[in-house]
Amino acid sequence: MSDSVQAKQTKPVAFRGGGFSPIHIKWVGLSVFVTLILVLEAGTRSGFISNLTMPRPSDVGWTFVELWTSGLLWKHVLPSVSRLLVGATLGASLGIGVGILIGLFSYIRAGLVPLISAIFPVPKIALLPLFVIWFGIDETSKYALIAFGTFTPTVVSTFGAVDNVDRSLIRMGQSFSLSWFSIVTKIVLPGAMPGILSGLRVSLAIAIILLVAAEMLGAEYGIGAYILQAGSLYDLERLFAGVVILSVMGVTVSAVIGFFEKRLLGWRS
Amino acid sequence: MDLRLENIGHSYGDMEVMQGMDLEIPAGKRVCSVGPSGCGKSTLLRLIGGLEQPTTGRVLQIGEPPAESLNPLTFVFQDFALLPWRTVEGNISLVLEDHGIRGKQADAIISDVLARTKLTEFRKALPKQLSGGMKQRVAISRALAVNPAVMLMDEPLSALDSQTRELLMDDLVSLWTREPFTAVYVTHNLHEAVRLGHFIVVLSRRPGRIREVVAVDKPLAERELGDADLEQTQKYLWNLMREEALAADKELINV
Ligand SMILES: Nc1ncnc2c1ncn2[C@@H]1O[C@H](COP(=O)(O)OP(=O)(O)OP(=O)(O)O)[C@@H](O)[C@H]1O
Ligand SMILES: [Mg+2]
Repeated sequence: MSDSVQAKQTKPVAFRGGGFSPIHIKWVGLSVFVTLILVLEAGTRSGFISNLTMPRPSDVGWTFVELWTSGLLWKHVLPSVSRLLVGATLGASLGIGVGILIGLFSYIRAGLVPLISAIFPVPKIALLPLFVIWFGIDETSKYALIAFGTFTPTVVSTFGAVDNVDRSLIRMGQSFSLSWFSIVTKIVLPGAMPGILSGLRVSLAIAIILLVAAEMLGAEYGIGAYILQAGSLYDLERLFAGVVILSVMGVTVSAVIGFFEKRLLGWRS
Repeated sequence: MDLRLENIGHSYGDMEVMQGMDLEIPAGKRVCSVGPSGCGKSTLLRLIGGLEQPTTGRVLQIGEPPAESLNPLTFVFQDFALLPWRTVEGNISLVLEDHGIRGKQADAIISDVLARTKLTEFRKALPKQLSGGMKQRVAISRALAVNPAVMLMDEPLSALDSQTRELLMDDLVSLWTREPFTAVYVTHNLHEAVRLGHFIVVLSRRPGRIREVVAVDKPLAERELGDADLEQTQKYLWNLMREEALAADKELINV
């Protein structure tokens, strides 16, 4: 008897839980960037990567220094940033407004959702000539293009977010005889906020894409114009300098939204 | 304020959920309603509270609610229904703001109801920081804040473990003994029903009808865990329910 007990193997139960929950890890994102740049630098220096296929990162860095010292950097960045700010703010706020109306009123939903679905897949850049006719060749048409491009995805994500608000909370509000306005402002809007913010991440990235497209089609200054000039001369260093500026804009936008998520959505478990 | 249900019937599409219900809910009494799952207990409560309209019949309010009652028919939900983005205090002030009660006056009410539910230290906590039992106590204090004439409670303890449930039941008993309120209390737990109810309304399987109304006369304060006569009533109720549940099972097989 005791033999058979001894013969039984003892071992710890294998761990198979964990994972599937995003945790905040610092520095990993940055080190991916740094490694990539170092590899490129080493590759282009050693000749393993030809200078024609990829610019040397340090050369791109020098291009930045030139841009800075000549004052051209701000000359290109400032108009772009202001176009992005005006266009995206207009588009996103209109989009959130219309999205909420669609979420709240069945008639507006019935009327607008097909329309939104119809214009969503249209590449907005194709409409730039139309905007130029409507608003003129100057800034307004660029604002309009960016605003329009931000508007549709924001509408879709916003009414989705409103639809997803926990109905039992709304029922609770009604059971305490809260006014319609109170239910909307104190239950529906805060409840839709997570969805609205994550939708904005997508819409604002689209806004940056459209900003460049609009500037490529007609602007003297702006990152899009700068990239276009560089591209037509096959000046890869300047092209990449422009691309880096765009990426920085993208990261900044994402960080701003992340900040708001932290501030506004701390209640999420 | 009394409530009277006259010939209440309700259908969702083709499915008849309840029919021909007549019931009196006298002021100051606690009416518990038990019945097999899906017999329409929650629906009945929503009909009484005006969150849904009955297909036939009507719910009548007899007499005026007390003047100090801000929200005469007040729900306590099974899933607590707390706003996760508001603190405990904020969740209670939510239901006061619409009545123009703010500032000091609101503070006083909030302090009072939190003291009554023993939550004073948790005033600034967010729902995610609270246990299930505490969340339900917050929901109960929110309901108390509007001075309900009738509390409509839909399985308020069902999401909780049995120890927490027992403790919270004691809390409900002491709340009621200190300041009696009228209540309709839906549960599938017969033990809760005999512990808390003046009357126990036994509903039949779907379509729900009133099968029997059982009165429990023993005063609330004297009812205790494991009382012989309460056990007796509970057993009697269980036999009624079992017939319904068995019959419901058979119907499913025959379909
Ligand atoms: N909004 C609705 N639309 C359609 N059917 C519904 C709706 N609400 C409830 N029902 C149906 O009505 C019946 C009664 O539902 P109800 O939730 O009132 O039962 P219940 O007695 O509370 O059940 P439980 O004990 O499971 O809580 C169920 O069969 C349910 O499927
Ligand atoms: Mg139910």
